[in-house]
Amino acid sequence: MHFDCGSCNGCDIEVLACLTPMYDIERFGIVNVGNPKHADILLVTGTVNHRNKKVLKNLYDQMPEPKAVIAIGACGTSGGVFREAYNVVGGVDKVIPVDVYVPGCPAKPEAIIDGVVLGLQKFAEKVEAAS
Amino acid sequence: MITTLILVFIGLIVAPMAGGLIAGVDRRVTAWFQSRQGPPITQAFYDVAKLFGKEPMASNVWQIFCAYVYVIAAALSCVLFFLQTDLLLIFFVQAIGAVFLVIGAMSVPSPYSQVGAQRELIQILTYEPLLILVFVSLYLATGSFQVSDILAHEQPLLFKLPLMFIVLGYALTIKLRKSPFDFSTSHHAHQELVKGVLTEYSGPYLALIEVAHWYETVLVLGVCALFWSTSIPMMIVLLVVTYMAEIIIDNTMARMTWRWMLKYVWSVGLVLSVVNLIWLYAKI
Repeated sequence: MHFDCGSCNGCDIEVLACLTPMYDIERFGIVNVGNPKHADILLVTGTVNHRNKKVLKNLYDQMPEPKAVIAIGACGTSGGVFREAYNVVGGVDKVIPVDVYVPGCPAKPEAIIDGVVLGLQKFAEKVEAAS
Repeated sequence: MITTLILVFIGLIVAPMAGGLIAGVDRRVTAWFQSRQGPPITQAFYDVAKLFGKEPMASNVWQIFCAYVYVIAAALSCVLFFLQTDLLLIFFVQAIGAVFLVIGAMSVPSPYSQVGAQRELIQILTYEPLLILVFVSLYLATGSFQVSDILAHEQPLLFKLPLMFIVLGYALTIKLRKSPFDFSTSHHAHQELVKGVLTEYSGPYLALIEVAHWYETVLVLGVCALFWSTSIPMMIVLLVVTYMAEIIIDNTMARMTWRWMLKYVWSVGLVLSVVNLIWLYAKI
């Protein structure tokens, strides 16, 4: 599942580019679902602010365990250039635990695919740890 | 006795396997249409195995109960079909499952699930009369509702009931959740009402519903196969052509509204049925 947490849409477009015939992330069996209850991996783009941190936390809590979180872009990983802004909390890891960080401004689709595949490995490790 | 056990085994184990593989092939062909590579053919099995390994999360016990009833009814109707029993019995067992899926979705307060459930009800209302008409015309053509008697019919039924096969195609498209009839929930990732009737099902319960969907796919394709039951190769050709047509329709059509579906499918379906039955009657 992909959540736009106050991104400038640069990273969002790159995330959606992963679904196109050019990159075709469905090769790995991945689909972009819109329902947190059906999701395994949460992709978050953009900075977290005081308004949307509750939404982010809520979405994370609605996903059934085991789950993995991937923070995408400079903003998602650390808060980026907006880090010092009065309304910004910071990176995604200030609110929920993050498994994979994908840097870039915006992050390249190749980097996002790498991050998602790494996220799948972490997800598989969690599945093994849980069973 | 041994034959019965083998048929039960086919209905219970082989049928959902076939359903999962069909789902995989469907995704591959759809990906090929969109000049993508697509997931592995066995992806549906990986997904279900993963869902069974996830944390069970349900809003209330009714949801869990309904998911189980849905999968049991779907499996039972599939087994009854392979045991070559009465078509009407199969129909009503299948209908129980379909209704319990809706009840489960209605038992939770989520508005997406509620609206999805209402739309699913309209879909059931649309395809159930058509399925009944198909079964009635099978009876009029062969003189029996028993699948074994229909299979014993010496001529392919497609020649006697060509229009009924198209009517069954509408029911199949709705049952498979294909565009333009995928507004209660979509089989693909693209959204409608988040995930409509399936929104609140998650983890192992979603896996049960997915398995039930495989059973239903095989059941409806099995009814399609009755239309050319005299030779196995032609039966397979008919099923492949039918399913390819479904995938093409799915990929070329936009999602429509329930009003359109009800008006269009009932008017076209009923007219085709009546014309076919008059023709059948006149020929006898």
